Parts: sequence; C-alpha cells; structure tokens
Amino acid sequence: MSDQPSSSARSADRAGLFIALGLAVLALVVGWDAWRLASVNAHSAVGPAAFPTIIAAGLAILAVATAVEAIREGAIARPRDEAGPMVWVLAGLVGQIVLLPFLGFSIATGWLFAATARGFGRGPVWAHFLAGTVMCFIIYLIFAKGLQLSLPAGPLERLI
Amino acid sequence: MDTFAALGQGLFVALQPINLLFAFVGVMLGTAVGVLPGIGPALTVALLLPITFKLDPAGSLIMFAGIYYGGMYGGSTASILLNTPGESSSIVTALEGNKMARAGRGGPALATAAIGSFVAGTIATIGLALIAPTVVDIAISFGPEDYFALMVLAFTTVSAAFGSSVTRGLTSLFIGLSLGLIGIDLQSGQARLSFGVPDLLDGVEVTTLAVALFAIGETLSVCAAGSRAEEVIEPVKGSVFMNKEDWKRSWRPWLRGTVLGFPIGAMPAGGAEIPTFLSYALEKRLCKKQDEFGNGAIEGVAGPEAANNAAAAGVLVPLLTLGLPTSATAAIMLAGFQQYGLNPGPLLFTTNPDLVWGLIASLFIANGMLLILNLPLVGLWVRLLAIPRPWLYGGILVFATLGTLGANPSLVELGMLLVFGLLGYVLRRYDYPIAPVVVGLILGPLAEQQLRRALAISVGDPIVLFQSPIALTLYALSALALFGPLLFYLATGHRAPVGADED
Repeated sequence: MSDQPSSSARSADRAGLFIALGLAVLALVVGWDAWRLASVNAHSAVGPAAFPTIIAAGLAILAVATAVEAIREGAIARPRDEAGPMVWVLAGLVGQIVLLPFLGFSIATGWLFAATARGFGRGPVWAHFLAGTVMCFIIYLIFAKGLQLSLPAGPLERLI
Repeated sequence: MDTFAALGQGLFVALQPINLLFAFVGVMLGTAVGVLPGIGPALTVALLLPITFKLDPAGSLIMFAGIYYGGMYGGSTASILLNTPGESSSIVTALEGNKMARAGRGGPALATAAIGSFVAGTIATIGLALIAPTVVDIAISFGPEDYFALMVLAFTTVSAAFGSSVTRGLTSLFIGLSLGLIGIDLQSGQARLSFGVPDLLDGVEVTTLAVALFAIGETLSVCAAGSRAEEVIEPVKGSVFMNKEDWKRSWRPWLRGTVLGFPIGAMPAGGAEIPTFLSYALEKRLCKKQDEFGNGAIEGVAGPEAANNAAAAGVLVPLLTLGLPTSATAAIMLAGFQQYGLNPGPLLFTTNPDLVWGLIASLFIANGMLLILNLPLVGLWVRLLAIPRPWLYGGILVFATLGTLGANPSLVELGMLLVFGLLGYVLRRYDYPIAPVVVGLILGPLAEQQLRRALAISVGDPIVLFQSPIALTLYALSALALFGPLLFYLATGHRAPVGADED
C-alpha cells in the first residue's frame, strides 16, 4: 500500500521490512501468550504452551529471514494500487457491520452491494442501493424462511 | 476383490435419485463458479458449508465433490475464452488455449479440455479407488508420532509448492498456525490468544477465514488494480467438435497428463499446479510441430487439463485416507466432514464405508455429467463471463457475508471477515500464497494434538518423535521439499520452477 518503487536498486524493499516487523510483533504476541501459559500448572507432560512456543520461534526466524530478503533483494517495483475503489469496498463492509443491528440484513447488505459496485466504477449509488436491498430481501426470504438460517432482521424483515 | 464390492455398494448409494440431484447441483454450481473470475471451488464450498449444515452428510459431500470437479472444468473455460484463469491450476491452459480461441479454434480447445478432463478424471478416480484401501492398511499402523511427521511433511510441501519463495510460503503457513492457536486448548482448558473476547474462545472458523481470504481479499485486490485488469472475451467461432487430427494429437497428451497428475496429487505434497506445469513442459518437448507451441498448440491444452483433473482426484487420496488436506479446497472439504462429526482417515473407511465409497462412486458420475453438460452448455458459460464486474463482485461480497452470518450471526464474525479480508489483500499484493494459511489453520490444531499424544506416551521425551522409521522417512522428505529448490539452484544455476497460488 505504502510502497513507492524506488529508483535506486540497492535500497531495501520497504514493504518487505514492514512485513518483517509485523511478523516480529506476531512472534512477540504468540511468545508472550506461551510464556503466560507456561506458568499455568499443567497436568500432562506437555502443556498448552509447548506448541505456541514452537510457532513463536518459527515466526521470529521468518521475521529475520524476511528482513534479510528485503535488504538483499532491494526494492521491488510493484504496479500502483488505487486507493479510491478500495475505500468504497471497505466502506461497504464497515457500513454493513454498523447498519446490521439497526436496519437488518436487507438494507445493510444492499448498502454493501451498492458500495462495492461503486468501487468498481458503476453508479449511481442510490439505484444500486435500492436494487441491492430488493435482491437481499429476496435472499433473506429464501434463506431465513426456506433454509431456516438465522439472519439479523430489521424493520423491512419484520413486515413479513 | 473387496474394493470392487465396496465400490459397487458405493455406486448404489451414489445412484439414489436424491444423491444424483446433489451431484448435478454440485457440478452445475462448480462449473459456474469455476468460469467466473474471482471465485474458485474453495470459496464456493466454504460459502455452502453453513447452508448445508442441516442436510444429509452423504448428499452434501457428494455435492462438494461435484463442485470440486466442476470447478476444474469451469476454470478451463475461463482460461481459454477470457485468458483469466478461474483458478491457478488452469494458468497453463490459458497459454495455448487462449491463442487457439483467438485463432478461431476455441471450440476444439474447449472440447479437448473437456474430454481430456473426463478421461483423466475417470482413470484417476479408478486409481483413487484402487490405492485408497492400501493406504488405509498402511495408515492403520501409524502412531501419533508418525501422524505428526506426516503433517510436518504436508506443511513443508504446501509451503514450498505454493508461492514464489519458500520463505513466503512458510510465512503464510505460520500465520495460519498462529490463527489455529486462538481459542480454548481442549486438553488443559486454557484460553489461548483470545484476549478476553468471548467470540474468540471457539477459535477462528475455517469458513470465515477462507471466505475472507478468497472473496474479500480477491475483491479488494481486483478493485485496487482498477483499469489494469481489462478483459476481452473471445467468442466461440465454428464447430465445437474436434476433427480427426485434433483427436490424434490429443489422446497421448491426455494419458501423459494423467500419469503426471495423479501421483503428484496423491502425494502428501498435493496441489494441482505442479503437474500442469510439468505436463506443459513435456508436451512442448515432445510436440512435432514446435513452431505451433506458443501460437495455440492443442497438445498444450490437452496435457495440462488432463494433469489438472488427475491431480484433483489424487488430492482426495491423502484427504480421505489420512485426513490430510493438501490444497485449500481439500482443507475446506475436511472442515465439511468435521461439521458432521466425521473425521476422514483410515477409520472412516470402516465406520462409514457407505459414505466414503458413495463419494468415490459419485466422482465417476460427476465426471460423466460434466462431459455431457459442458460442451452443449458452453453458450451459457460464456454468458456468465459477460456479467459486468461491478455486479459480479457486489454479488460475491453479498454471498460472502451471507454465508458468514448464516454460520454465526455475530458482528464480531463479520469484523473478523473484514480483518482477514485485509490480510488476504496484503498477502496477494506482496506475493504471499493463500492456501498455506488455510491449511495451517485447519492442520495446526490436529498436528498439536498428535504431538502432545506422542509426547504423553513417552512422558515428555522428545526422542520418541525420531524413533519410528516411518517418521524419519517423512522428515527426510520434508527436508527435501524445503531445501530441494535451493539444491536445484546450487546444482543447475537456475531457479526451480514453482507452482502458483491455488484459489
């Protein structure tokens, strides 16, 4: 996301360094949890901490290996990714989570459909929102009534 | 022979009208999603898992197998007509197949892919039926330390086979293993990595992770690519039938592809990609019309497509006999078995013979259905390719969240879907393979269970892990899988050919 193709081939791959950092943090979290569990008295020969310890060690080694690779191989030119469309899709997903408890499955998921379509360059949002809501209402009828799946209901779903 | 009696019994199960219907729904769905760019068989099975929870196990597993085989067929259609492989095991098909379609020979390309897939799928399914009982007999004598070694082998081969480098493959695997730790440890009752969030105590659902990585991650990376990924659909011109010369040039590559695909798929190394690459290289070397290769040689479609389907059947050998998934789709099928309280492995063949043999028999039926349905319906599949992408991906996200909500109607679950979706995007963006994450999540807890069982028997002495000859052999193979590419590089000065990511 935040990588500019560098002009000098010898500078390290920044994305690779970030991933190495992420792996190191994950190794610390898993290792810390294993350390916490190791103090718990285990009844068997191998307690709940053994396997996490192995994984934490593996993650730490991979963090180092990723950092070494990033420095040795240098910056990699990647095609630029556009942020705008991604923001629309993410707004769709976050919006669905926010709307779901109040407005129910059909409206929340209709918004998701509209925002995704907009992210792929197809508008207008309101028309897709209406069409998406109708589509999701039909899906709700099929899955909640026909297959007895429990989907969150809102004002629209309570009409039936 | 017992095998044939068992298979006959299985055929009886598979031929029941309701199971035929499940197989039909499975192959239709599988082909449709295989054709659509962005959704592969792994995602489809993951989405259907929560919906099929209340159905009969045999029926839904037959449907999943139909999706699996159908996805392979559909993938070839997308590769040939669109030059965007629906899943990675069809990448090689796109090389020659799309050139043939551009030259107005799309029909014969689709036909050789379909018939080759049928031939290879049928031979490989016979292979599966013949080999499975033998593997079961061997596997019955495995101790927990052998199972642990087997899983280590699966881990290393899955990481080394997928993706652009071993470091990247292992990184994906360890992310999956870390996610597998989340939740209550069943032996000690301790909560691990759940940070006090009650929803995390049950662990991460395989379906949530798979749907997020495949559906959300893929959608994000496609929309971020923007106009970079424009596609042209090649219309199918002329006859879809192959002429005499096409047949003559196709049948040997079909058989060679089968011979390459089935054993590689059946090894705990798995994956359908490597045999397709090998088959392409082999056909290129053997082809008499060298100048046609790269410009639409039918051998370059026939061989890899056969290899692809033979490997798909091969992957079911370790899945059914050892409970060892070696591809993302197989990992999710394993989750499908677990949803019904069934554990694939040697015992399943004695406890649920009807189900296992019914499943194997239904593979023959699915294959036949695909051959009959595919060519006449090619017009329908082409129309699927023409769905505008904003609606296609909007629909994919609607069904992705529907499947997740259906499995567990909680906002935390949707939040995890979002977080793992972003993880999927980052993995794709920086060339990390997806399949090892899913395999790590599902196999990690099983590997830990076997490790602790082995160490409990030896009262904590780790020497027990390295005493059995079976385990030692498996460790040697793991080391070879990990360091093989490096040795290959040192010996020849060329980078070893590695497979692409599976979808």
